[in-house]
Amino acid sequence: MRGPLSSKGSTGDKILRGLALAAALLAIVTLVALGIKVIQGSKLAFDTFGLGFVTDSTWNPTGGEDGNGLYGAWVMIYGTLVTSLSALAVALPIGVAIGLYLAELARDSVARVVGPLVEMLAAVPSVVVGFWGLIVLAPIVSKYVEPFLYDHFSFIPLFGEPQTTGLSLFTASLILSIMILPIIASISRDLFLTVPHEMKDGAEALGATHWEVVRGVDLPACAAGIASAALLALGRALGEAIAVAQVIGGGQKVVESLFLPGDTLASRLASQFPAAISDLQVSSLYYLGVILLVIGVAANLTAVWIARRFDYERRAA
Amino acid sequence: MTDHDGVAPDEFHEFPFDPGSPLVASGNLRRRMIVSRMAQALATFGAILAVGVLAIMLWAVVSRGIGAISWSFITTGPDDGGIGPSLVGTVIIVLMATAIAAPVGVLTAIYTTEFASDRVGGIVRLTLDMMNGLPTIIVGIFIYGLIVAGHNQSGFAAALALAVIMLPMIARTTQEVLALVPRTLREGAEALGVGRWRVILGVLLPTVGGAILTATVLAAARVAGETAPQILVNLVAPNEFVLNPFADHAMPTVPVTIYQLSESADPTGFQRAWGAALCLLVIILVANIAARALHARSQKKIGSK
Repeated sequence: MRGPLSSKGSTGDKILRGLALAAALLAIVTLVALGIKVIQGSKLAFDTFGLGFVTDSTWNPTGGEDGNGLYGAWVMIYGTLVTSLSALAVALPIGVAIGLYLAELARDSVARVVGPLVEMLAAVPSVVVGFWGLIVLAPIVSKYVEPFLYDHFSFIPLFGEPQTTGLSLFTASLILSIMILPIIASISRDLFLTVPHEMKDGAEALGATHWEVVRGVDLPACAAGIASAALLALGRALGEAIAVAQVIGGGQKVVESLFLPGDTLASRLASQFPAAISDLQVSSLYYLGVILLVIGVAANLTAVWIARRFDYERRAA
Repeated sequence: MTDHDGVAPDEFHEFPFDPGSPLVASGNLRRRMIVSRMAQALATFGAILAVGVLAIMLWAVVSRGIGAISWSFITTGPDDGGIGPSLVGTVIIVLMATAIAAPVGVLTAIYTTEFASDRVGGIVRLTLDMMNGLPTIIVGIFIYGLIVAGHNQSGFAAALALAVIMLPMIARTTQEVLALVPRTLREGAEALGVGRWRVILGVLLPTVGGAILTATVLAAARVAGETAPQILVNLVAPNEFVLNPFADHAMPTVPVTIYQLSESADPTGFQRAWGAALCLLVIILVANIAARALHARSQKKIGSK
């Protein structure tokens, strides 16, 4: 350290402390202001439609008696839940499997290459994933995947008659599962690496096979962490706007079949906000934002809560 | 085989130890081994699947985009078929966002680890966790309501939105690495009677500087491709170079350009969109590799101490 050492740091201490406090306050104020702004923006729509907005499935910018438009969020809430949950259903088992592969199976030299590659999947911008989904994936889905699922599994009502475009809830779910896969994979890999070796060695010494060690030791030890990772991934899927907007087709109805177009809260915001035609439409879009914020914050807070409790149990153990 | 060593005596009679039996798994053990092998195969398949999807996606972008890339593609404007203005706009906006988010993020982290009480620190941490989980489109409508509504779109609005997204990423990593600094280092400095601010600025930050830089580069790479907030606050840009983020109109950026080209009904723009996607991917890839190299170096530095 240069300069004479002295104990008259109190002024410097005060300045640094003040700056740091100001920064922390700025972060808090930003978050609070964000909540207020988004709620403020939705006021007009809230005054017009009330809470009925949430369960109404009309979205007609020129509807209503005076042509001001009639709006409701149900189609988008449904689309959001269906696409995010299907994406999670696909990505969770595969992601955990990749985590297991990286932590337990792969040789170090292989894991050091595959791990970063999986993480690179998360670094691809959503607009590029969405563009790829639109041009490359959607035609494949409509030509091969949807007819196959319809032919063999049409007894499941989710797999209805295929459409020609491939722009559907199904393609959106696929895109979302690709985007959240690396999140689940890298968190679960980190979790599996923290399982104490003594426990695994103990199970192996008792004659457990590799899979039995995973099932009996790794998975129970990491269950809470994996649940938290799944919720974080769900939060990410709920809020993804661009890639979904590019491939979901902008449907206007609640549809049973995944192969039909739909819309999510975030993608409706992305596709209609820049071209909104009235104050009421802008406000209704803000209202969608409030709903998305509530669902997203709930998912994230639950994830954080589970992760912290899990940390606490780990430390206590 | 010594499998029977721990078995209770009355069960022992059912599986008499036969020294002459071959050393291969049979019966129940055989079944368990097969299940285990299948599980291993499935896990390996999962990893191959993920890498395969990445490869297919990258191949699509490279094979379709490479034809568009040329010197004039990255230096001229859309009128000459290039994306130069978008590249410049992206760089300016991301640098500006970093300049806003990095100091605030690092100072926020310093506050929580060095100054705050447990309770206040917990509140700030929760704030950062919630910010980190915000859908980026929500950040977009926030900035829209804050400075764009009633005024105009601008590169500055986009930079502000990206800064809000970057802030928690930088702050959380800084918190984590500050907590990892060995106590001895801090205690050594404090034992010399050095003021706290000098311990933080002169000892702690230089130790974790590499890690903070890594986090900042990663966050910048992440927001460079961020599209959702930008199409709300920075969409309608002229077809020319815009160098002033405070101008009364939007700045062109690469992700917004890709989005606009992909949404247009005219497929002739797709070629340019693929080229732009390739440029964006290369920038992000280089930033990621640089961040990894930095990370490896800073790990070595902490390790050698």
